[in-house]
Amino acid sequence: MSVVANISAVEVIGASKIFNEGTDNQVDALLDVNLTIAPGEFVSLIGPSGCGKSTLLRLIANLLEPTQGEISVNGKTSAQARLDQEYGMAFQQAGLFDWRTVSKNIELPLELKGWDKKKRAVRAAEMLELVKLHDFGNMYPWQLSGGMQQRVAIARALAAHPPLLLMDEPFGALDEMTREYMQGELLRICAETATTVVFVTHSIPEAVYLSNRVVVMSPRPGRILEIIPVNLGSKRSELTRAADGFFRSITSVREALRGTHADHVASTAIRGVEDR
Amino acid sequence: MKTLDRVKNIATPFVFGIAFLGLWEGAVNGFDLKPYFLAAPSKIMEQFLNNTTRIWEATAVSGSNALIGLCIGTIFGIAMSFILSRFRFLNELVTPLAISLNAIPIFVLVAVLNNMYSITSEIPRRFMVTLVVYFIVLVNVARGLTQVSSIQVELMRSYAASEFAILRKVRVPNAIPYLFTALKVAAPASVITAFVSEYFGGLQNGLGSRITSNIANSKNAAAWAYVLGACLLGLAFYTVSIILEGLTRKGQSK
Repeated sequence: MSVVANISAVEVIGASKIFNEGTDNQVDALLDVNLTIAPGEFVSLIGPSGCGKSTLLRLIANLLEPTQGEISVNGKTSAQARLDQEYGMAFQQAGLFDWRTVSKNIELPLELKGWDKKKRAVRAAEMLELVKLHDFGNMYPWQLSGGMQQRVAIARALAAHPPLLLMDEPFGALDEMTREYMQGELLRICAETATTVVFVTHSIPEAVYLSNRVVVMSPRPGRILEIIPVNLGSKRSELTRAADGFFRSITSVREALRGTHADHVASTAIRGVEDR
Repeated sequence: MKTLDRVKNIATPFVFGIAFLGLWEGAVNGFDLKPYFLAAPSKIMEQFLNNTTRIWEATAVSGSNALIGLCIGTIFGIAMSFILSRFRFLNELVTPLAISLNAIPIFVLVAVLNNMYSITSEIPRRFMVTLVVYFIVLVNVARGLTQVSSIQVELMRSYAASEFAILRKVRVPNAIPYLFTALKVAAPASVITAFVSEYFGGLQNGLGSRITSNIANSKNAAAWAYVLGACLLGLAFYTVSIILEGLTRKGQSK
């Protein structure tokens, strides 16, 4: 019984990734990363540009193979997890298909799973309801605003009800107001669907507001410096953004990032992380 | 207001055209230009109306050469672009060649082709049109198949989609606007190639050869009448390619 309950959503053991190994432009993107994520957890990866957070996300997604180490998703190898569509993915750009309506975009992963038309349409309608875009199913992506497009991308990532959602700076291109709104929406959606999330971001407040734990990474080679638990409770609201605990956590994450600064003399080490 | 704008849009070039023809007519009469120098529009129109059957026959010959070449070239161009998009190394080999061929007037090759076939054959001209169209379609469609958003491809891979599924759901839809852009260029090019091919000998039944022979006989107005036919043919091809593009877009334009 307890064996099933103990399966981690994501398990990364001793993972390293080296690009162009043995050539002049060899890049040590990740070095000996260990990370275990429990089901239902929201974990952010934060760090300066080039710290390998996107690489780590792609290793979990099996879009890249690790040079060393092992990765499992839901107790399966990451390769098997990808084949079984155990996760959904969203990127900084919504990446919607211009020639498909909003509904048809959401149906895409279901099409590839071989669902029939009727079942797909029902699920697409459900997902549109979830992201509060029920009136927009027949529109085309370019008729929507950036924030709406990103909501469609999230609906598409969750359409097959995967237990895991992988997000690579999904709100990076949005304005601050939309961004905060989307953060609230994402938390609501994940709570409603009990989805585990791995979330890559540049923004400290965003990481703290969303996460149960914030994974702070250092650049070249990318390593985990510290994993900071955020104790803001499971229910977060706009009031959370004004809470003392919120600012304390922000300070902890910032100090952990500054640690990078002390280790690596280069003052550019924390470039690319937003303090706001 | 919208209808007023539309009327304005159509009326402006129309008025300009009439004015231009009026000026032309006036210049020919006023300066007493000789017909072998410049024929008056009224004379050209007269020739055109007197020779509609012959002009139509010549147009049908050149037009069918252009159309046959356009169709075959498009089919082969699409087929080859699929092969190129599948095999990267072939793409790197062929694409620079195809692009450079698009930049030079390869239709002069028709002279060589005429030598290869009997001079009573339409094949050299059709083959020439095919070749010109082929490279235009090839370059554009191959671009559409390969220049897809990396995020969309990554997404498809995250869905464990096969290469074939990526082709069908990402590459082909992405390439369709590229195909119609190619056709918009290729359709007028096919007509031009069909005309120009006729200047290099062979059968004397198309618009191009009629223009040459009329000019050789100093029948300037008649030559202009065939030029008018050629313009109309080119316009027809272009219009059809635009209408086709509009049909496939169905409100998907940005």
